[in-house]
Amino acid sequence: MAEAQATARVGLDGVVALCGLCLLAAAPPVLEHLQADYLLPTLTRMLAYGLAAAALDLVLGYGGLVSFGHGAFLGTGAYVAGALLQHASRGTPVLAWPIMVPGSTEALVILPAAAAVAGILAFLIGAISLRTRGVHFIMITLAFAQLVYFLVLAVPEYGGTDGLMLSARWRLAGLPVRGDAPRYWIALVLLVLFLLAARRAMEARYGLALRGARQNERRLLALGYPVYAIRLLAFTASGACTGLAGALLADVAMFVSPDLLSWQRSGELIIMVVLGGQGTLIGPVVGAFTLLALEEELSALTEHWMLVLGPILLLCVLLFRRGIWGQVIGAAYPG
Amino acid sequence: MLRTPGEPVLEARGLTRRFGSLVAVSEVSLDLLPGECHAVIGPNGAGKSTLIGLIAGELVPDAGTVLLGGEDVGRLDPAARARRGLGRTFQIAELCLEFSVRRNVLLAVQPRFAGPFHFLRRAERLSQLAAHVDAALVSAGLIDRADLPAATLSHGERRQLELAVVLASRPRVLLLDEPAAGLGPSETEALANRLAALKGRFAMLLVEHDMDTVFRLADRITVLAEGRVIASGLPEDIRADRTVREAYLGEMVDA
Repeated sequence: MAEAQATARVGLDGVVALCGLCLLAAAPPVLEHLQADYLLPTLTRMLAYGLAAAALDLVLGYGGLVSFGHGAFLGTGAYVAGALLQHASRGTPVLAWPIMVPGSTEALVILPAAAAVAGILAFLIGAISLRTRGVHFIMITLAFAQLVYFLVLAVPEYGGTDGLMLSARWRLAGLPVRGDAPRYWIALVLLVLFLLAARRAMEARYGLALRGARQNERRLLALGYPVYAIRLLAFTASGACTGLAGALLADVAMFVSPDLLSWQRSGELIIMVVLGGQGTLIGPVVGAFTLLALEEELSALTEHWMLVLGPILLLCVLLFRRGIWGQVIGAAYPG
Repeated sequence: MLRTPGEPVLEARGLTRRFGSLVAVSEVSLDLLPGECHAVIGPNGAGKSTLIGLIAGELVPDAGTVLLGGEDVGRLDPAARARRGLGRTFQIAELCLEFSVRRNVLLAVQPRFAGPFHFLRRAERLSQLAAHVDAALVSAGLIDRADLPAATLSHGERRQLELAVVLASRPRVLLLDEPAAGLGPSETEALANRLAALKGRFAMLLVEHDMDTVFRLADRITVLAEGRVIASGLPEDIRADRTVREAYLGEMVDA
């Protein structure tokens, strides 16, 4: 009985998710037909933020660790992409010493590099932050993110507070990426791959251990689980994938803003996760689309759009305790 | 089963722990032989919970150490001690309440086969795990609740589940921290029966207030008062010991 209900629920959320994917896949041709393809970069941005929010969900929703520093990984990914593109177009090396690192315009180099650097940063920040709990964890991740923010601002070569304008765009497997549609497809493919892999891992033995540690750390320790290592891996993977999202944002905007590193951006990512439904992976993507669409629409209507957005978010959180996605599929994600 | 011969599976040596000026546990030594049930009793504030915390590794002693199967584990954290065969229940059952009953047991069975760093196959579909999980649920009498969230279980059922979880992890040593706390008379009776059936298969260190349960199960009893061991020996000796009666038993049994 309970088994049958559980299957039915999984069925519903699968069907809705598949419908969403069909809509996203149909967007480029439909928008072109409606001569509204100027919207594609906006949608690509939404996909990238969806990826970042879903990556944060690994830590926040499944791990129960409120990271207030994911902007650092988003920005790091963007700056890595920006620096590689910038140096490639100028023909200067990113790093001359101790090892020679040339610039690159190849997406197959830039994307892994952005993920790797953000992942290493997340590993270092996580290794220290995960020794703390609760409010201390929130504050220490915030502090590290602020540190990264001011460090990057202090490098004049990458634009400081003005940000970094990019004159080159990336190529994929040596071929130029022309127009907005291919960029959209790259973002969509990366997002879908991430969601599939993460969903899988969260149902496997690793995911059960991570989710179990959120519900009862003491029990998991008493069963012999290396809770710290389990969480550090989630934090590192989450940071790496957030960095990937940052690289997508840099390419689509041809601009890297230091705002990406700011604590406001970290907060927005948390809002996306909570708004969409934490611990659901797809929910945070829905949250990202909702928040960015509201920002876009409201800022077109009035200058004081934040005054309107605040109460709307408040209502959403009060009315949809399990987030928008939890409301749609009619159940909290089991554990 | 009195005094099974063999090396002790668990040994506490001179454990001392202070909280500020209060000495919660003072130079406590005790051992646990294979298959033995060793009960620790004492009035409230005697240091029983602190002692359990020190043995499990949740608290760091100011002096003394803990040996598990002859190995000094005094510097290891709770998870490392658990991996060396120390299983425990808590005063208030510690469970993953959002997970189903089955998943709680699965979490206990999992580490016996491999570490947690497996990312691809759905944990529930691993047949070698499922058989052990079902067996544990059947013997705990929880198989018909297997797919309900643990949060829906009653207090007594949560205790049953926690015990099933710990047993499913196949520990060498079982630390039971007041397993009968908060249970009604019939539930306490059922618990004592279940623990009696486990006697001889696991070495048990039992901290318990319910004297009927203690005297029914224990092969040896150690009495703590104000952080010190005031008596240790066979149940009949403890029952007859004058200091123990003054410190504790007089007000608890045959009153």
